[in-house]
Amino acid sequence: MDPRRGARVVIDPKVRQVGFFAPGASPGRTQSGPPESSSPPVADNSPTGNSLSPVMIPPPRHASDNLLSARPALYPPLRRPGDTIPVGSYNPSEFFHGTSPTASFYSKVGDGEFSEDASGAGWTHRGNSGKVASSFPGGGFDLTAVKPSNLTTVSVVNMPPGISVKSGGASIEVQNEQPASSRSLKEKTSKAERRALQEAQRAAKAAAKAEVSKAPIAASGVATSVNAKPAKVSKLSSQKKDSASVTASEKKGVDRPPEKDRKKDVPHPRMQFDDKSRVEKAKRRAVVRPIEVRNRVELFRHLPQYERGTLLPDLESKFFLLDPMHPAVYKVGLQYLAGDVSGGNARCIAMLQAFQEAIKDYSTPPEKTLVRDLTARLSSYVSFLIECRPLSISMGNAIRFLKSRIAKLPLSLSESEAKASLQSDINRFINEKIVLADKVIVRHAVTKIRDGDVLLTYGSSSAVEMILLYAHELGKQFRVVVVDSRPKLEGQLLLRRLVGKGLSCTYTHINAVSYIMHEVTRVFLGASSVLSNGTVYSRVGTACVSMVAHAFRVPVLVCCEAYKFYERVQLDSICSNELGDPDAISKVPGREEINYLDDWAKSENLQLLNLIYDATPSDYVSMIITDYGMVPPTSVPVIVREYRREHLWI
Amino acid sequence: MMMDFQVVVLAGGTSKKLVPLVSKEVPKALLPVANRPVLSYVLELLEHSNLKDLIVVVEGQDAALRVGGWISGAYVDRLHVEVAAVPEDVGTAGALRAIAHHLTANDILVVSGDLVCDVSPGAVAAAHRRHGAAVTAMLCSVPVSGPLESGSSSGKDKTKKPGCCNIIGLDPTKQFLLYIATGPEIERDIRVQKSILRAVGQMEIRADLMDAHLYAFKRAVLQEVLDQKDAFQSLQQDVLPYLVRSQLRSELSLNGAPHTEENGHDKVVPGINQVMLSQLLAKTSTPSFHELYAMGPNGSAPVRRTHKCCVYIASQDKYCARLNSIQAFSDINRDVIGEASHLSGYSFSAQNNIIHPSAELGSKTTVGQNCMLGEGSQLGDKCSVKRSVIGRHCRIGSNVKVVNSVVMNHVTISDGCSIQGSVICSNAQLQERVVLKDCQVGAGFVVTSGSEYKGEFLAKKER
Repeated sequence: MDPRRGARVVIDPKVRQVGFFAPGASPGRTQSGPPESSSPPVADNSPTGNSLSPVMIPPPRHASDNLLSARPALYPPLRRPGDTIPVGSYNPSEFFHGTSPTASFYSKVGDGEFSEDASGAGWTHRGNSGKVASSFPGGGFDLTAVKPSNLTTVSVVNMPPGISVKSGGASIEVQNEQPASSRSLKEKTSKAERRALQEAQRAAKAAAKAEVSKAPIAASGVATSVNAKPAKVSKLSSQKKDSASVTASEKKGVDRPPEKDRKKDVPHPRMQFDDKSRVEKAKRRAVVRPIEVRNRVELFRHLPQYERGTLLPDLESKFFLLDPMHPAVYKVGLQYLAGDVSGGNARCIAMLQAFQEAIKDYSTPPEKTLVRDLTARLSSYVSFLIECRPLSISMGNAIRFLKSRIAKLPLSLSESEAKASLQSDINRFINEKIVLADKVIVRHAVTKIRDGDVLLTYGSSSAVEMILLYAHELGKQFRVVVVDSRPKLEGQLLLRRLVGKGLSCTYTHINAVSYIMHEVTRVFLGASSVLSNGTVYSRVGTACVSMVAHAFRVPVLVCCEAYKFYERVQLDSICSNELGDPDAISKVPGREEINYLDDWAKSENLQLLNLIYDATPSDYVSMIITDYGMVPPTSVPVIVREYRREHLWI
Repeated sequence: MMMDFQVVVLAGGTSKKLVPLVSKEVPKALLPVANRPVLSYVLELLEHSNLKDLIVVVEGQDAALRVGGWISGAYVDRLHVEVAAVPEDVGTAGALRAIAHHLTANDILVVSGDLVCDVSPGAVAAAHRRHGAAVTAMLCSVPVSGPLESGSSSGKDKTKKPGCCNIIGLDPTKQFLLYIATGPEIERDIRVQKSILRAVGQMEIRADLMDAHLYAFKRAVLQEVLDQKDAFQSLQQDVLPYLVRSQLRSELSLNGAPHTEENGHDKVVPGINQVMLSQLLAKTSTPSFHELYAMGPNGSAPVRRTHKCCVYIASQDKYCARLNSIQAFSDINRDVIGEASHLSGYSFSAQNNIIHPSAELGSKTTVGQNCMLGEGSQLGDKCSVKRSVIGRHCRIGSNVKVVNSVVMNHVTISDGCSIQGSVICSNAQLQERVVLKDCQVGAGFVVTSGSEYKGEFLAKKER
């Protein structure tokens, strides 16, 4: 792993966008809406600073391990340029032409698929940043004027936040610096602005303190950056690091509030279910009122787990009571919940088609704008779906795509045109990102199948199945080993279809994988997602299969559509995962006589763990076959980046 | 139109099974259960599920007028109800056929008006939607029938009526209906199709379940069946068994139709992608036996058309009963003020009974548990009322015993009567020292003094 990280440092200007760390990644981005160079380090640093971000609190030990090990590698090379370049003269000029595209870019990216109040963020962002630009000249002057004189600026610094008057009479609030006032602002200002304001104030304080003890050099740095603040959140926060490092005592005071603040701002999809207060809050909002399983495995407390039996009847009985829910969305939610639809592609397609229906039946209520209202509507659908089952990464990406499309609808479009365009966007997404992508993957992958091969696959992946069938159609002579595992036994369905098509197959369970592996020549695996450190996030058991294959020196080819790639980095399968029904592993259907664990839930000493996903380290993956070609796992970040961009200009 | 569902309540007319309780004045839907028309239980169940747009179908013009009049009085501003009158004896299927052109929503919820239950119709609808079924039926366990204590057990043994149990075949997951036979058919042998058995592998046959007459239909399916099969009269005995029988060789032309219109605006991607898409969806989802069967042996694109018949089985702790016999009438009355008291909508007193404040009780008169005394009723001295419902403005003399009975409105009972397990309809008159056991007294009938009856129908012979 280390060598890879080294490599990343070498190509750092490119990778930076991608290579931040799991926890704070997306919120960090949301808030920093700046030109490219400075933002990534911020995103990197802030999570390390607040080592437990609200997004995904890994169990403490792991967190510190990961982050500590990560820091030395990433930190210095990234920060140095970030520090020196943007703070100074760079800023104004870059800002002026930079704003609109970049701001929109980030708003789009950060417009997290799930955050509810980010609805229509694209618009607010853009509009505001435009205003910032216009109001900036004042600040710009300040900056130039202030630069040489070191610390008198601090009082001026309080002014620039005053510039946030851009959104309306906020000047008073600036002075009293109280959370209450900023809260009142909340409706009007975007997140980035609010944050800017707060940080400006805080940094100002920090600077004021630093002033006494510190040399003018550092102080001037503070001052300039502080000036930049109204314009640039990011610079500020990178700067904040400086000031924080200068005054160690101040550091905690500075760091903690933003964390709280962020918690308030962004209800992240991955709620930590061991956080009692938030769980309570979420329950109040929730449509479904699940009963939580009592004895959960300690390490996985942060993941939701409910008594399976209670969720479905509860939701079913409320069928007619959920007024705003579109029937199609409801149906999909039920299907997720009941397990009728599973698998990344199928779930994503089902969801998109439901949204398509919902958009078709949508009409903007009076005195609302389509862009905002539809986004809010969509968010409520999404949170409903999350209640039914946590989103897969593919779905998250699709939602993000859809929301960005909504946010970018030109205002001039009539409602029907807008709806039509969204519907065709969804169609295009399905066709290009899933159907065509699969076709391309099949074309690529087939070149890797030769006569006489023995191909092993695990579980049931739609892409792998298509590859096998296509290779068979081409007349290649090969044998397939289908490895399966309890409790889902998805492999049996795959097996049935393959055998039906006349392929010669071997079926075995995962506990025999080391036995069967010596005769295998290639391993084809599907994936739920590929993370940007090359980790393959997939059905539980995949890691085991690929490790065995690695040990036997059998190449492991992972087939995954690029829309499932995710910029997050994950090193283990603990911090983000999904828990399945514990009954599924405690019971063997049809074998009453061996169900010894019938009333296991009553026993305090027994905890069952039915994980759904696992993370395969990229070391064990020889190649990832995607719609952009066959790439090594180390190239995933490149695709994520390029794809993101293309995603933007679709 | 909530969630794209339309609700049809089949309120029936004057059922022959319930003579002498029903009459021209009191159609079946208005029979009092705990002093409330039985139809109100269904309407309130639906209202509770936020289903406020209803179509109520009543057999017979007169009955329709009465039902309509009652509904408009009781539910003004609460529900939007349309009452449709259909000719008598058209059957449930015929009634639906008559109003078929009013049905526009994607799915139709058909509820029998005589259902007294607390199972959310939403659950049935949700199960229906989830599976995309052609029809979903609600099943519940057969209610305990007959009087509670064995001492007064009815000699006629109405409890073992063959008509009230069904034979139902389910798949192992208890989600699909594989076989259903009702009342009269049970006498014959049970015939199960091989194809269904082969496709499912295993069938569970249950006799302890009852069809609650709450169905969710796909509208297209329902209308098609009703159009094509003119002879079908009853939903339960014709339409549902037909759909169940033909589920693996569907003659319905519904499948695939919605898909083509869905993509109407994006014709750039023709055929092949669409097929691939549907395959993608189908393959990754867990197939029911229908899909497996449809796919045929070689796992290619569907070769056979199927439709799904689903069931929703209400859990044991829910109450569910149908008022379709006299026995059921007294059972339901007993239950609604007894074990299923949450259904009645009344608040019970500390003695676990309901006595309207305007009711008058004589000295040494006792009203036991699970009793109900309507507005303005008067009881003389030394009376005893146990597990009974007494309607409005009844006049009951002294020394009267009422046990396990239903007394409707404006009934006069003279001194010294003893009533057990009976139903006495409105305006009836019981003269002195009448002893009734397991009798039904029709509306306006006068029982002469001193007479004793056991297990008889007493009604005017004018019909």
